[in-house]
Amino acid sequence: MTALQILFIIVAAVTLGAAVMVANSRNLVHAALWLIVSFGGVAVVFALLNAAFLAVAQVVIYIGAIAILLIFAIMMTRHITGEKTARFTTNHILALLLAIVLFAGLVWMLLGWSGSAALAVPLDARADPVRQLGAALVAPDGYILAFELASVLLLGALIGALMIATERK
Amino acid sequence: MIPLSWYLIFAAALFCIGLYTVLVRRNAIIILMGIELMLNAVNVNLVAFWRYVNPQLIAGQVFAVMVFAVAAAEVAVGLAIFISLYRRRNTVAADEVDLMKW
Repeated sequence: MTALQILFIIVAAVTLGAAVMVANSRNLVHAALWLIVSFGGVAVVFALLNAAFLAVAQVVIYIGAIAILLIFAIMMTRHITGEKTARFTTNHILALLLAIVLFAGLVWMLLGWSGSAALAVPLDARADPVRQLGAALVAPDGYILAFELASVLLLGALIGALMIATERK
Repeated sequence: MIPLSWYLIFAAALFCIGLYTVLVRRNAIIILMGIELMLNAVNVNLVAFWRYVNPQLIAGQVFAVMVFAVAAAEVAVGLAIFISLYRRRNTVAADEVDLMKW
């Protein structure tokens, strides 16, 4: 077992443990903090996969923006979500069963697939994935249409969120 | 070297925990957190396939960037809806918001 494999196992265990704590913690602020740990673990996994830009974007967008936005929303709705109200819906055994069955099915399918034992293709030393990604996002024969659509979507979401959350007199 | 299956099993586990969170919690903000966990699992899958199948094609990373944008838009609109809901109905428990349920 190499050092990289041991690192992966530790990171995966921390990420999944934090995700379980999100599902189970009674205090909503604690759930948000565990969520940040989980996002950080996924950022490390991106770094292990040589996706440097995505690792940084994960920290900036998920931890820096989404998690902070969630904490703001928790603070604004806090005093009705205290420790006395029920955490779970009535069918939580069924939900647990469904999640376990889905996981077992996915793992069973993966073990039967011949490509799952593949090892990483060696990266071309001259190619720079960050540069390639940036060029692909704005190249006319690349993904510029999807990129522009994403920016229109973000603008729409911005205006929509303002419209919904503004208090009308 | 880490085989591809490790990443895929990790992503599957993260997705299932996110699904469990969505199904089991009553608070709508935690349900949104579960959705974010599921989107993260999808991103891990996309990037793992990019790295292990064809790193010359950058499409896997481009899709992951798109998922980032969609996740940010979704969380902004979702939280705006919850804040508006809290103002009108004084609750963010998903099972108490059943106005459109027949």
